[in-house]
Amino acid sequence: MIGNLSKSVTKSQVWKSIFRVGIPTDNRKRALAMLGNVVLHLHPIKVKKSGIRMSYTWCMGGTAFFLFLVETITGLLLMFYYRPTVEYAFADIVDLREAVAFGIMRELHRWGAHAMVIAVWLHMFRVFMTGSYKPPREFNWNVGVILLVLTLLLSFTGYLLPWDQLAIWAITVGSNMARATPLLGNEGPGAALVKLGGQRLIHAGSDARFALIGGRTIGGATLIRFYVLHCVGIPLVAAFLIAVHFWRVRKDGGISGPM
Amino acid sequence: MTRRGFFSWAAVAWVGFTLAIGGCVSAMTRFMFPNVLFEPPTSFKVGRPEDFPPGVVDTRFVDKFGVWIVHDQGRIYALIAICTHLGCPPAWLETQNKFKCPCHGSGYYKSGVNFEGPTPRPLERAKISISPDDGQIIVDKSQKFQWELGQWEDPNAFIAAA
Repeated sequence: MIGNLSKSVTKSQVWKSIFRVGIPTDNRKRALAMLGNVVLHLHPIKVKKSGIRMSYTWCMGGTAFFLFLVETITGLLLMFYYRPTVEYAFADIVDLREAVAFGIMRELHRWGAHAMVIAVWLHMFRVFMTGSYKPPREFNWNVGVILLVLTLLLSFTGYLLPWDQLAIWAITVGSNMARATPLLGNEGPGAALVKLGGQRLIHAGSDARFALIGGRTIGGATLIRFYVLHCVGIPLVAAFLIAVHFWRVRKDGGISGPM
Repeated sequence: MTRRGFFSWAAVAWVGFTLAIGGCVSAMTRFMFPNVLFEPPTSFKVGRPEDFPPGVVDTRFVDKFGVWIVHDQGRIYALIAICTHLGCPPAWLETQNKFKCPCHGSGYYKSGVNFEGPTPRPLERAKISISPDDGQIIVDKSQKFQWELGQWEDPNAFIAAA
């Protein structure tokens, strides 16, 4: 009876519409199963045994991606309690630690963030030392460099959100760098040359730093800006580029082999 | 349609498309620059000159407006409370007679000139003047005077105390 039942399930239109290929019994079907699945098709169909040795890859790319998922899930949970306003931000952080069940959720997010930065650096170090940035993988190296920058920006924007003294002054110091942007920062090279009718167009109320922090000093406007960038803007771009990154690994011939 | 006609229409279409996209991008960029700031005004009144006795660093306005009003050696001037190293807020230490930054330890004399820590230059001074209406001191933080540019001798950088 179970045989009949499972047969009627696997023969049904619902089942077939989801699993086009059926049970992969040979190499051709295995390849088709990979190609026909939106998640699996990002992954190479074949992986060389030598290419996935722990001593060769350190599994640091996979670890970085795993930590990205950890950050996404813990971050989503934190968003249910955290309110990005001057009145509530710090109180909600204390609440997350003292009163909310599983008070380590924020700690998981924070430690995961530190670990992700370390994992990304080690991944890049491994890729560099194995020469995996060389053609045909040079494009994917560049995607990886952008992903490194996005990882650091995620850490930077997340740093402000606890809204304690460390956060405010760290972001004050960090965002002061934007003053020195060429042409677009009010203390940057060439900014004094951008004039209209003798009036400077780039000043403390109109430069790159002003757009970044939404004012002349770190305040409520900065908090909401960094919150949106941290929770939506940068993760969206990062998720897209991670997909491109994985797909390119496959298109560039899989994980590079040992030399 | 002639070949020439096709290309002129294509050109019009591409120019229109470029302008539309450019307009959208400009609008979105402008959107990120707020018109109203929920910040203290950059220009404000702090009281009459006789409210600031000689030799005293006035710390009443530092929390809200970020300036100290100092009366020293015959001049009243407004020091901007932003460390010239990396932008932290120094504190006035009365007992040690100096400004000290908590972030990296930069120290400044009462005049604002640096003497210790990593900071490369003195504190900046804000424009200071006396209101012709009520004789109160007006501090305008939007105009700054830097020692290393020789701007502290500018008549707008201090009030000569009576």
